Amino acid sequence: MNATDTKASLTLESNFQSVEVAEKFIHSVMHRFRVEDAETHRVEMAVRESVINAIQHGNRCDESKKVELEINLTPAKLTIYVRDEGQGFDPASIANPLEENNILKTSGRGIFIIRSFMDEFSVRRRPNDGSEVMMVKRLSSNSNSNPS
Amino acid sequence: MQLKTRKVDSVNVVDINGKITLGEGNVILRDTIRNLLARGEKKILLNLGDVTYIDSSGIGELVSSFTTTTNQGGQLKLLNLTKKVQDLLQITKLLTVFEVFNNETEALQTFK
Repeated sequence: MNATDTKASLTLESNFQSVEVAEKFIHSVMHRFRVEDAETHRVEMAVRESVINAIQHGNRCDESKKVELEINLTPAKLTIYVRDEGQGFDPASIANPLEENNILKTSGRGIFIIRSFMDEFSVRRRPNDGSEVMMVKRLSSNSNSNPS
Repeated sequence: MQLKTRKVDSVNVVDINGKITLGEGNVILRDTIRNLLARGEKKILLNLGDVTYIDSSGIGELVSSFTTTTNQGGQLKLLNLTKKVQDLLQITKLLTVFEVFNNETEALQTFK
């Protein structure tokens, strides 16, 4: 199978065990395609932060609501979607954690980490309620497009 | 996450092993710092050499540990950052907040 065919998704419960499940899922994909460790770590962290946001802020820990994680892998890039059933948010409304007044805050760094570690990041409201985060990581030429 | 505290002279060195992430890892660290401060132990060196992973919640917990200790007149410093943790503290500008050391003896000597 060529990486251009690789698409997979996972439906997660709105609890924090799901964060580990999502992380292991993305780790196994990255490992399978022999993506280098540093890049894998960054993508894992972005997925982790995004799934935590979806559970905590999107679904507000309502266990009747689900989080969907979808990946689309091509030789050039990995696209990740995290969908929740919440009201969505405007990334522009989130305070910059690097500002002097915010530097010692104990929260508010998740989106910043995602933006720092991924090449593209966007949020949109979905037509049938819920929100969708899209993240893209362009893969280096060292990554292998064929699974091991 | 596993955590052990040892006292070297007047400094409490907290050796952390594993992940500092949302949930259990954060709670263990928070309780340890609170317990130390409650006993009047205000010189704290967190050894992060065996920390494999830290997320935004874990960073928040480190910041909280730092501010709680500082507000009580104490000192909290970091030892042996792994590359991953160092990168994270770098991009979040927290390397400008924490005193960080790669050598325990040297770190211990900086506590007043």
